[in-house]
Amino acid sequence: MTEVTRMTAAELAAKIHAGELSAVEVTQAHLDRIAKVDDQVRAFLHVDAEGALETARKVDEDIAAGRPPASPLAGVPLALKDVLTTKGVPTTCGSKTLEGWIPPYDSTVRRKLREADVVVLGKTNMDEFAMGSSTENSAFGPTHNPWDTTRVPGGSGGGSAASLAAFEAPLAIGTDTGGSIRQPAAVTGTVGVKPTYGSVSRYGLVAFSSSLDQAGPCARTVLDAALLHEIIAGHDPLDSTSIDAPVPPVVAAAKQGLDGDLSGVRVGVVKEFQGEGYQPGVLRSFEAAVQQLRDLGAEIVEVSCPHFVYALPAYYLINPSECSSNLARFDAMRYGLRVGDDGTRSAEEVMALSREAGFGAEVKRRIMIGTYALSAGYYDAYYGSAQKVRTLIIRDFESAYEKVDVLVSPTTPTTAFKLGERVDDPMAMYRADLCTIPANLAGNAALSVPSGLSDDDGLPVGLQVMAPALADDRMYRVAAAYEKARDAATGRGVLDQIPEL
Amino acid sequence: MSTISRDEVAHLAKLARLAVTEEELDLFAGQLDVILDAVAKVSEVATDDVPPTSHAVPLTNVFREDEVRPGLTQDEALSGAPAAEDGRFRVPRILGEEQ
Repeated sequence: MTEVTRMTAAELAAKIHAGELSAVEVTQAHLDRIAKVDDQVRAFLHVDAEGALETARKVDEDIAAGRPPASPLAGVPLALKDVLTTKGVPTTCGSKTLEGWIPPYDSTVRRKLREADVVVLGKTNMDEFAMGSSTENSAFGPTHNPWDTTRVPGGSGGGSAASLAAFEAPLAIGTDTGGSIRQPAAVTGTVGVKPTYGSVSRYGLVAFSSSLDQAGPCARTVLDAALLHEIIAGHDPLDSTSIDAPVPPVVAAAKQGLDGDLSGVRVGVVKEFQGEGYQPGVLRSFEAAVQQLRDLGAEIVEVSCPHFVYALPAYYLINPSECSSNLARFDAMRYGLRVGDDGTRSAEEVMALSREAGFGAEVKRRIMIGTYALSAGYYDAYYGSAQKVRTLIIRDFESAYEKVDVLVSPTTPTTAFKLGERVDDPMAMYRADLCTIPANLAGNAALSVPSGLSDDDGLPVGLQVMAPALADDRMYRVAAAYEKARDAATGRGVLDQIPEL
Repeated sequence: MSTISRDEVAHLAKLARLAVTEEELDLFAGQLDVILDAVAKVSEVATDDVPPTSHAVPLTNVFREDEVRPGLTQDEALSGAPAAEDGRFRVPRILGEEQ
């Protein structure tokens, strides 16, 4: 039998629900794996062994008593990004500001996982307040890419993605503001999905850029991501931007994709996301993936989205603007770090000293850029123009989706870069999100599925599949069909090729 | 040409309640200049005839019945406070020396 930590979530659920494996032994196997390898990977900021085993015991009791499991993933372990609040379990957002904070309430995502009896193993590392593309902006040290521990696992959700690639968890939750689920998925050889904006509740997701933030599923297979998607998605009255519409049938779509037939599906290749600045091995992997989609029966069309090249500059105005406003809540009065309160200083001085001590460099940069972009005199030229670009990007998508059902591109321009390589060059770091940002600005659905290894450095490459808002099912179908064809062609899965830690 | 000066960065830090150090000012002034130069590209296509979009999903007001429902208890609300006294948040004095 396959080692427990190597199984997919779907396989684990089937065995647990059939009584062939207990949820407790599955949970313990993952806790043991974390104990064994996490000093090399550092995917977790906090491991909640007791809470995890308690959920697992409940699942085993249900099954022993003949009660139906609470969900199709009941008893399956999961790693939760540390930006989602967990009642009674620390939530830091990778920041010194929130070190030691124990939230008094659960995020809606956490509540749904609890109700589904998904076993939450712990909280994963991330760039501070989700600002970054390498997880090096965590105040608690970087996460290492399990493919090569001298390289970054992407970011901001590097901990969640690395936990999957290191076989510490079969499922994870990430959040994607500009690519923080998809970009780490691409560079770790895992699957990451940004659902349509508004389909997963933001209640209890510590706000960074509210018009862009979206939580979503991370897994090692497309079907596993779909199973998790259906558990966490759905309307929530506690989030005023939550969409009151049925969750698209993503599990059925992934299963349909596994039939291996994409005839009648029109796939658009984004012309602007290739060429100069892209690693040759990434482009070759992408071209091979497009050929495989064609072989599956899809009709391939080249599509131009001329304003996508303006998405990155627009994003780095909109996102810091919203960030500067959202992070004003960290005022050292109601929660979080307070320094310098010696009885002589005013509240304002204590606030400025606390924010200085609690925030890292990238957070400070974005707060200041946002403050600048929203200032009188600069507002129209910067923030106002960026909002106009957002309109132009939405129009590009609309005209593309008149011609095609989904769009594809490489998820990232390069494979995983070295730790430290881009920390002193913010613009170089920002370019890691070049291809992922348009879907955030438009609120569309998008995912990354591994397209094998780059032939120039042997590191994983991601294929991005984008779909219109609330048509998430389309990209699951295409990605599942592709994933199966990819493995059939090479005779093994992408993660089967990862070196032992 | 420089888009943003060191003095402007110091002013921004003050507005944003960040007590940055002199070394940080040197570092950030250069970095913010590079970033602002790069993002200024948006003005190339942001012509007058393009309406702005603030949110990807069309938003309408969301209402609910005005009914009492459970919230945090006083202890829970104060559980993360840096300082609390008599069931309230304890804050430093509001006015500084110069006020």
